[in-house]
Amino acid sequence: MNARLVHARLDARLIVDEERSIAIAVKEVTKEHGRGRDGVVALDRVSLEVRRGEFVCIVGASGCGKSTLLHLIAGLERPSAGSIGVSGGGVSIMFQDPALFPWLSVEQNVEFPLVTRGVPKLERRAKVDELLGLVRLQGFAKRQPHELSGGMRQRVALARALAHASHVLLMDEPFAALDALMRDRLHEELERIVAETKLTILFVTHNVREAVRLGDRVLLFSNRPGRLIAEFAVDLARPRRVESRAVIDLAARVTDQLWSHDHGRAVKVAAS
Amino acid sequence: MGAPSKSQPPEPAVWRRLARAAAPGFGAVAVVLAIWQVVVWSGWRPEWVLPPPMQVFARLGRELLERETWRALQITLWRALLGYAIAIVVGGALGLLMTRLRVLRTAFGGLTTGLQTMPSIAWFPLAILLFQLGEPAILFVVVLGAAPSIGNGLLDAIDQIPPLLVKAGRSLGADGFTLYRRVVVPAALPGFVNGLKQGWAFAWRSLMAGELIVMFADRPSIGMRLSQARELADAEGLLAWMVVVLAIGIAVHALGFGIAERRMLRRRGLLGAGH
Repeated sequence: MNARLVHARLDARLIVDEERSIAIAVKEVTKEHGRGRDGVVALDRVSLEVRRGEFVCIVGASGCGKSTLLHLIAGLERPSAGSIGVSGGGVSIMFQDPALFPWLSVEQNVEFPLVTRGVPKLERRAKVDELLGLVRLQGFAKRQPHELSGGMRQRVALARALAHASHVLLMDEPFAALDALMRDRLHEELERIVAETKLTILFVTHNVREAVRLGDRVLLFSNRPGRLIAEFAVDLARPRRVESRAVIDLAARVTDQLWSHDHGRAVKVAAS
Repeated sequence: MGAPSKSQPPEPAVWRRLARAAAPGFGAVAVVLAIWQVVVWSGWRPEWVLPPPMQVFARLGRELLERETWRALQITLWRALLGYAIAIVVGGALGLLMTRLRVLRTAFGGLTTGLQTMPSIAWFPLAILLFQLGEPAILFVVVLGAAPSIGNGLLDAIDQIPPLLVKAGRSLGADGFTLYRRVVVPAALPGFVNGLKQGWAFAWRSLMAGELIVMFADRPSIGMRLSQARELADAEGLLAWMVVVLAIGIAVHALGFGIAERRMLRRRGLLGAGH
């Protein structure tokens, strides 16, 4: 509720940016958990922009505040300082766990955001059919979530997220719990869906190769406090493969940068 | 989670499913009856004190042919239903209030647990003082017996909702009442049903205790019949009525909760492969 207010307020600022077609704007955002001595700075003056239709990946070790950043953008938490803007139409978020509602069937799960928004029944049905088609699960509409594999559940979660907001999608390590083969297939699926829908994605992962495999840009975060430390453009042709030479080489460069940052800091700490 | 096979077999007929579910129960009953019969044969107590099962069931059959029996059953079941319904409303409201207000919870959390463990029969002297020997005294104790379990059940059920589901619900546009209705309530349902089940057990026990203590002439009840049978040293009748008490307890569990609960758990994939 509060978060919605924040979004509304910042949308005004974003109108200026419409011609540059910015989908997500994060300006000088700081987030502290707790206060005073016990307080932990999860994010420290982070600024970033994501253009419409862009696929941006955030990589960093665990504890770098990358999930917090997504929660802030999704409006699930409020920043301690700074501002966040999202272009019209709202955002949806996916988690590592599909978080499907176990009491609802696959189609009812996808329908959920449409029901809460009060979309008429006929329209809902058409939308659900379309989305289940998009994630290639038409035949599973009447199934319960527990009857599906982990990968299929995550595809249902994707369809449900798109039913809520179909332009901007935040993904918080959505494939981290899946086995490598399943992950490869979902990477392909996601790449296809992005090409079909012109979706804007901000994707958080600790897997550097996954980030390079998927993203147009890769942002590197340090941890404690979470700061943006480097940015890589990924100018590789699509469709990509995670095993390709180019992806592996670039991933190695990103990893080197991450390590050299950590190393530099370790030296500083030792010297002080 | 034991996911069933992809091609689901057609649902078997209702009576067949019931029979399959009830079969082990009947087996257990047969074992108990056999032990009973053996004890009788051993001559541990004379037959007029401990009659054999066949004799008790024959008596039960005769009792069931009498009008007065059905009146007693009707009165007892009506009390159970009314007391339980009030307990659901009171317990549910209490539980909901405690989930909403932390102060209430810290203040009354321990108290409700204490109430839950308090034997309901200990309430009767007070109930009789407050309401005299009448229906309200019985209802009072039934509600006090069942409501804490129901309230605590609801509280636990809401506590145990995975936070991720609530977060998912919020991120999908549900907040306030919609979030409650579409996420919190369905997510808490299995736990709440557990509390309801426990509440029923407490309600039924309290009612039986109450009917043994609070009796009035023109209102026959199961408890009254039990008490009369003891006074007349009518062991056969006493055991017959005890069978009735047991049968009603089991029937409510199996028919009232069993079927609905299994359906709910199966739908959510929470029933193991053994079911």
